[in-house]
Amino acid sequence: MTETANAPVLSVRDLEVTFVTRERTVHAVNGVSFDLNRGEVLSILGESGSGKSVTLRAIQRLLPVRRTRLSGSIHVDGEDVVGMPPHRLRSLRGGEVAMIFQEPATAFDPVYTVGQQISEAVMKHKGVSLSSARQRALDLLDLVRIPSAARRLDNYPHEMSGGMRQRAMIALALSCDPKILLADEPTTALDATVQIQVLLLMQQLQRELGLGVIIVTHDVGVAIEIGDRIAVMYGGQIVESGPLADVVRDPKHPYTQGLLSSTIHAASRGRRLTAIPGTPPNLSSPPVSCTFAPRCPYAAEVCHSAVPDEVLLGAGRMSRCARIDAWGNKAMGIGSLGEEAA
Amino acid sequence: MHASSQPMLTVSGLRKHFPIGSSFPPWRPSAYVRAVDDINFTVKTGETLGVVGESGCGKSTMARLLIRLIEPDDGEIILDGLKIGASDGISVREMRSKVQMVFQDSYASLNPRMPIEESIAFGPVSDGVPRREAMERSIDLMARVGLDPTLFLHRYPHELSGGQRQRVNIARALAMQPRLLILDEAVSALDKSVEAQVLNLLTDLKSEFDLTYIFISHDLNVVRYIADRVMVMYLGEIAEFGPVQEVYDNPQHPYTRALLSAQPSMDPDRRRTEAPISGDPPNPINPPSGCRFHTRCPFVQPLCKEHAPLLVTGGSAEHLAACHLVSGAIQPRRAAA
Repeated sequence: MTETANAPVLSVRDLEVTFVTRERTVHAVNGVSFDLNRGEVLSILGESGSGKSVTLRAIQRLLPVRRTRLSGSIHVDGEDVVGMPPHRLRSLRGGEVAMIFQEPATAFDPVYTVGQQISEAVMKHKGVSLSSARQRALDLLDLVRIPSAARRLDNYPHEMSGGMRQRAMIALALSCDPKILLADEPTTALDATVQIQVLLLMQQLQRELGLGVIIVTHDVGVAIEIGDRIAVMYGGQIVESGPLADVVRDPKHPYTQGLLSSTIHAASRGRRLTAIPGTPPNLSSPPVSCTFAPRCPYAAEVCHSAVPDEVLLGAGRMSRCARIDAWGNKAMGIGSLGEEAA
Repeated sequence: MHASSQPMLTVSGLRKHFPIGSSFPPWRPSAYVRAVDDINFTVKTGETLGVVGESGCGKSTMARLLIRLIEPDDGEIILDGLKIGASDGISVREMRSKVQMVFQDSYASLNPRMPIEESIAFGPVSDGVPRREAMERSIDLMARVGLDPTLFLHRYPHELSGGQRQRVNIARALAMQPRLLILDEAVSALDKSVEAQVLNLLTDLKSEFDLTYIFISHDLNVVRYIADRVMVMYLGEIAEFGPVQEVYDNPQHPYTRALLSAQPSMDPDRRRTEAPISGDPPNPINPPSGCRFHTRCPFVQPLCKEHAPLLVTGGSAEHLAACHLVSGAIQPRRAAA
C-alpha cells in the first residue's frame, strides 16, 4: 500500500446523491467535500433530511443501486470507491470501512446468536477457522466490556438489553480491524445513562486502535462530547466545518448559530427560545441559491441569486455563507442570534 | 394565576401490572410487567409538571392511565375534587373533555384520510357541539397554533411537516377546551430548530388558555426549561419529586444524580471522562427487591436490598425522594466506583 502518514484515510470530493423514482426526485446530497485524517473523530451534525446519513451510506455504497445517481469521488486510503467492482466492495464493507447503525435490534439478524454473527464476519474477511473466529469474537466482547462475555456469545440479540446490543454491534464493527468506523446516530436509541457509557467506550476504543471515526448525529451534545472536528450539514451541503471547540464557541454560519441558540441548555429557563423560523428546504430540485436563505436573518439579494461558495476562514475553518464579510467579523456565541435578528 | 388550594389532579395508589406469558390454557399469566407501581402525586392548577425517566420506567403508561386509555388495576384519580368513574364523581367521558393528550408520533395520531380541519373539529362534533361552530373553532385554533387557515384548511396530514402536524395535534387537543393537557414526548420527534418553535408555542398557549400541563420527556434539558415541578421515575416508581430548580441543583436521589451527570456537557473543554453509573436499567418484569435502584447504586448497603424506601422530604418540604440515605435509615459509607 502507498500509505503516507499525512494522507487522509478518507477523502470525499463533490459528492452528489440524487434519488430518482417514478413519482419524484430528491437531491439529497449536493456537493459535499471533506477529508478524514487517521485517528480523527469527525462529527457530522444536521437535522433530519440534511443529507448526513446519505453521505455516510455513500461511503460504503449502501444506497439502492437502481434508484440512486451518485457523482463525485470517494477515496478510502487512495482507492476509488465510486467505481469499485462489487466483489471488492464486499470486502471493503466491514473490512476497511465498518458501520454502526442507530438501531442495533434491527441491524443484527434475529435468528443467529451474536457469537455466530461476529464469527461469520471474521471467517469471511480473514479466512480463518471457526474456532479461531469464535475466539476472536470472545476477545471482542471483552474489548467492548460486555460482562461474562463467554456466556453472552451464545445469546440471541433479543436476549440482550439495548446498551449491550449496541456494544455487541461495536464489537462486530471492529472484528475485521477497520481503518474507518462510520457511526450513524449510534446512541440515539439508547437511554441517557447508557448513552454516555457507549460514547465513552467508542472514544476509548478509537484512541486505543487509532481509528478514523465519522459520527453522524442530530444531537449537539453528542457531537460536542466526542468530536475533534465538526461538519454542519443543511440541505445536502456542508454549511460550516472546522475544529469542534472553535465552531461551537464562535459559529460562522447563520444556521449553526441558529441551531446552537435553539438548543436548550441550563441557562435557557425563563427565557424565550430563539427558534429558527420556517421549515427545512424541499430538495426536489437542485439548489440554485443558498438553501438556508429563506430562514436566515442576514439574507440579502446575493443569497437568493446563487449558491454560495465555500469561504475558507483560516485555522481549518470553512463557512458556506455569501455574506460572511458583512456580519462574520462580530464574534457571536450561543444565544446571540435572537438579539441580532430582533 | 390561580390561587386555588385544591389541586387540579390528585393521584393516589395508582397501579398497573401487565400480565405476560401463556397464551394457551390454562390462561394463567406467568409473570407481570410492573409498569406503574403504587404512585401518588398531585398536580397544582396552572403548573407544568415534568415527568422524566428512561425507557421502561412507566412514564407513558402513567399518562395513559390518567386519561384512561388503559384501565388501572388499582388507585384513584381525582380531577377538580371529583373522583373519576365514581357514582358521585365524573364519568370517563366527561373527564376526557377536560383532559386531553398530545402524543409523540404526530403522523400516527392523525387520521390520514381526514383533512386537518375535520380532525380538529372531530372531538367537539362528537361531543355535541353544532358542526358549524366546531368548524369555526377549528379555523380559529389553527390560526392560534401558527398555521395559516387559508393554506392548511383542506390539507391532509401527509402534506404537512412534522412540526406542522404536531401543531395540528395541539390544536385538536385544545378544541375540546381542556384544562389539563398531557404532552407525552410531544416534542421528542422534532428537529431542534422546530422543537424550540413548538416549545415557545406551548408557553404562549398555556397563559392564553389557562392550561395546566403534564409534560413527559426523556430530555432533561427540555423539562428543566418548561416545568415548574419535576417527577423522576425509575422502574414504575417515583424516585424523586420536587420544584425543578431544587431537583436539578440539589438532587437527593442517587439515580437523579446519575441521570443529570449522564447528560452531555455541552462544553468541549469539560467533556465527561467517566460514566456516572454502569449497566442498563433492569427489566420491569422482575424488578429488583427492596429499592429498585440498588443494582446500579454506588451507595448500596444491605438494607437497600431488603426494604423499599418511602418518599420522604429531603432538602425542603416540597422536595421528596425515595432513598434510605435521604430518610437517614442508613449512613453513607463511601462512594464506590
